Amino acid sequence: MQATFIIPGPLREFADGQSDVVISATATTVGQALSLLWEQYPALKDRIMTEQGKVRQHINIFVGEENIKYTGGLQTMINDVNEVYIIPAVSGGVD
Amino acid sequence: METSGKISPKPGDVLLMVGTMKGLFLLSSISTRTRWKVSGPHFTGQVVYALAYDGRAGKQRIWAAPQSWFYGTVLSHSDDFGVNWSVPETANIKFPEDTVLSLKQIWQIEPGLDEEPDVLYCGVEPASLFKSTDAGETWSLVRGLHDHPHRPRWEPGGGGLCLHTILLHPTDRNKMYVAISTGGVYRTDDGGSTWRAVNKGVIADFLPDKYPEFGQCVHKVAMHPSQPDRLFLQNHGGLFRSFNGGESWEDMANGVPSDFGFPIVAHPNDPDTFYIVPLDSEMRCVPEAKLRVYRTQDAGKTWKPLMRGLPQKEAYETILRDGMTADQLDPAGIYFGTRSGKIYGSANNGNSWKLILDDLPPVTCVKTAVIGGEIHTKRTTRKKKPLRTTRKGK
Repeated sequence: MQATFIIPGPLREFADGQSDVVISATATTVGQALSLLWEQYPALKDRIMTEQGKVRQHINIFVGEENIKYTGGLQTMINDVNEVYIIPAVSGGVD
Repeated sequence: METSGKISPKPGDVLLMVGTMKGLFLLSSISTRTRWKVSGPHFTGQVVYALAYDGRAGKQRIWAAPQSWFYGTVLSHSDDFGVNWSVPETANIKFPEDTVLSLKQIWQIEPGLDEEPDVLYCGVEPASLFKSTDAGETWSLVRGLHDHPHRPRWEPGGGGLCLHTILLHPTDRNKMYVAISTGGVYRTDDGGSTWRAVNKGVIADFLPDKYPEFGQCVHKVAMHPSQPDRLFLQNHGGLFRSFNGGESWEDMANGVPSDFGFPIVAHPNDPDTFYIVPLDSEMRCVPEAKLRVYRTQDAGKTWKPLMRGLPQKEAYETILRDGMTADQLDPAGIYFGTRSGKIYGSANNGNSWKLILDDLPPVTCVKTAVIGGEIHTKRTTRKKKPLRTTRKGK
């Protein structure tokens, strides 16, 4: 399996400046793929996940065009061709 | 006002740190405090609720807790007045897994006593206390407070369930106070192993029991280090003082237009002098739109308004709990920032005021220090730890 993570601009400094990070390993779920991403770029983890292992409130993760909130969360399956987007939520309007 | 990309305060200069909803600004002035250089914003777009200056053991370290709406909060520090900031690879303050809690925000950073130059404390939301004994490299949850049986019954105030005040006894390292909104004041006499609520006499007028053991919405507590058993408290409705280490409290709202407000600040040299900014409890702005700091010079018996140089009409200003501070010079500099982005300062104990800076984002936190002139005197020498990964600029 292979997944390509699309990294949001503010976090690229923690991924060697890359906008796309390809994970090639035995991941079948988003959670497993993220674990492999953390192995490669550990500074991304706490900026995307809380210390309790949940995706931060104002971050959305999409597999293809589907938000994993509605497809099984971190257990969402990834396919060989999937791109996984990490995207800050539209959360403006406060102060 | 002089502005520049960076500040380089010299020994004896005054550093003013201003946290806002959109980043951190650093100001410096010589001791006359008439002209200020400004640097910032640092941590652009991030809210900064907690700041501290650590001048112990020869350090010149600024601590900041920027919080990204998206990516969480970390503690960052600078040893060169904001030119470089540490960028922790992983979040340096985290709740242990068994707590099932996640850090929302860091509300307070408090350097420890002089004889413990590597000790730091942080008060956070959800209300908890963290301690570092290695100059901020690693942090541990203070379990004694976390495991307190009252904790499940603490409720969030308007700003969240936050531990916002940390007061260290200046000579007894086992003794300290924290304040929680809403939980009240807690005290430890054994270095944090056990804590007890010390709120007797502090009102909670939003509860059926107006004087509960705990649950008060304490907004801020101040102490003068020369009189550490005397505490002065700005409550969510009510101004109180305790002359016995919090064992009991009495009302001291004598001559103020409102007993609602957020900050309370001790004068650095006079243990009887404290400053508050009363707010209208409904509108949460200064009463009658007149911006007035109130000062007591007799430990809360009487309060008098200070208004010279402050706008006295159409000033719909709000000052948050960490939005006021005092430097350590004589006469003392008193500073405060408003939700409308103004910084006012007085270089004469509050007798007269000047607008230092305008048009900032809403101000959340104002802290100050005199470089090389900290009130800490018992210094020890210890090899400075190197910065971790650093990045230039913001």
